[in-house]
Amino acid sequence: MRARLRVLRAGPGATIQDGGRHGFLRFGVTPAGPMDWTAFRTANLTLGNDDRAAALEISAGGLSALCEDAPLAVAFAGGAFIWRRDGVLLPQAARLLLRPGEVLAAQAGSFGAWAYLAVEGGFDAPLDMGSRATHVRSGMGGVEGRMLRQGDVLFADLLPAAARMQSLEASEFDAAIDAPWLARDAEAFRVVLGPQDDYFTAAGLTAFFAEEFTLTPRADRMAYRFEGPEIAHARGHDIVSDGIALGAIQIAGDKKPLVLLADRQPTGGYPKLGHVILADIGRLAQMRPGEACRFAAVGLTEARAALFRLEDEIAATPSLLHPLRREPTSKALIEANLIDGVVNALEGSSQYCDWPN
Amino acid sequence: MKNAAPRYLPAGESALVVEFGQAIDPAIHDRVVALDAAIAQAELAGVSETVPTYRSLMIHFDPRRLTTQGLIEALAGLKDAEVTRARPRRWRLPACYDPPHGEDLAEVEAILGLPRERIVALHASAVYRVYMYGFAPGFTFLGGLPAALTIARRAAPRAPAPPGSLLIAGGQALVASVAMPTGWYAVGRTPVKIFDARRERRFLADIGDELVFERIDPAAFDALSAAAEAGDAGALEEA
Repeated sequence: MRARLRVLRAGPGATIQDGGRHGFLRFGVTPAGPMDWTAFRTANLTLGNDDRAAALEISAGGLSALCEDAPLAVAFAGGAFIWRRDGVLLPQAARLLLRPGEVLAAQAGSFGAWAYLAVEGGFDAPLDMGSRATHVRSGMGGVEGRMLRQGDVLFADLLPAAARMQSLEASEFDAAIDAPWLARDAEAFRVVLGPQDDYFTAAGLTAFFAEEFTLTPRADRMAYRFEGPEIAHARGHDIVSDGIALGAIQIAGDKKPLVLLADRQPTGGYPKLGHVILADIGRLAQMRPGEACRFAAVGLTEARAALFRLEDEIAATPSLLHPLRREPTSKALIEANLIDGVVNALEGSSQYCDWPN
Repeated sequence: MKNAAPRYLPAGESALVVEFGQAIDPAIHDRVVALDAAIAQAELAGVSETVPTYRSLMIHFDPRRLTTQGLIEALAGLKDAEVTRARPRRWRLPACYDPPHGEDLAEVEAILGLPRERIVALHASAVYRVYMYGFAPGFTFLGGLPAALTIARRAAPRAPAPPGSLLIAGGQALVASVAMPTGWYAVGRTPVKIFDARRERRFLADIGDELVFERIDPAAFDALSAAAEAGDAGALEEA
């Protein structure tokens, strides 16, 4: 019998995402894919999945799902979400063997905007132009090209290894994931200049790297808009449309930065000051409206080195698992260094659980 | 100037913009399309995909396999390579300019001071070049609109024009693949789906291809529209 998850509740913005839809940018097709590739990859690698396997992306609106029919190996990671199995608190990132009848629930915690729930083998959804990634605006991928909702039933696309995994006792399988790269980090987001940095005044560029910016509520899978000092254009704000890559910092007539993310259009007609480096994209995606940040200029060499370092760290995820007791006692929680996180998370939840309605 | 060296502009550590100019110009676009074809032919290791636009080519690559500098050097090496670009295809698209289609024609008439039939004849007689796709899958940006049809964009967007709308503004033309609020003017509509995921050829035209419109009446539009819904491409490639 195939293991499946029944969605009991899905906040706005829950979708199926995989590594993204590639090869059709030239035809105007948005790549989609996870907002935070680092957390997405962490969850997949913990299960031995391909690092692009289809997983659920959960927004601050949260999600709860019921395991049906057969045990299901899952892993989750992301911002500091509050995860519970049948009401029992879990770590911020973990690998679990869900039993039929168990309910796994996630809600926004002390920080972070996105979390990923992966299943062994990846979620089974029809391939739409080579990808299962949901792009709601064009109605592609995932479940009917839309956000998940109550009553959706999601199947795991089990690998042959699943039988082996499922023969394990939960006590051998359940583990907390110690992923330091998912911790909150106040460091400036690193930016490589170009392609249109020459469209801005020296004062505009100086302000961009010297001052603080705040994420506005205009933040979705397509782009995050920041409030802060005005970045003045030297030669107007219209260019003849050209390509847009992940992390592009586009500055339109309002002189405020817009960072283009997973659901970006492949082309656009505003000057792009620079690009947030790939190593910092996940961290930026985890920001919530009202949070502040800074940007720092780096060169291509440093951007590449940072990416490779982070990818290597994430690749080592399977060696960073710590056994998790099924019924956490206060002692177990202390051992798992969870108390601080839980307290913060619960304080944060009342403030944030409704965002991003 | 035409063969001035392109500018190589990084777009993060995994993309490079090769810019041939700043204008919408067939000669510049020819160079974009030629480089795109040369990269495809050379099968450059580490290049994942390319995005041709009006005046530049964006090259996405795997930073594990290629550095920005290494890519620029590889592109320089392509210059001497034999680039045999396929002759652009020419697609004949049926187009209806009669009510209920071409819903903004009266406004265009008033703004340009041209009679409706003249506007339609001009739009339907041009040979258009597919410069790029953008905004949404199959949203086709065209060059080649007769200068007499140059019209400024609206100050505020109009209500969504239906899919297949033939829009004009700013001296450009486009075929809309999805309904969207737009600052452009709808002068006609094609029943053809430029993008249909069910077809083997999902996107009708390649960048650099040509489009011509062939006028049809509303009855023919309805018949072809039904055929397109059923999966028929509905557009003929000219010999």
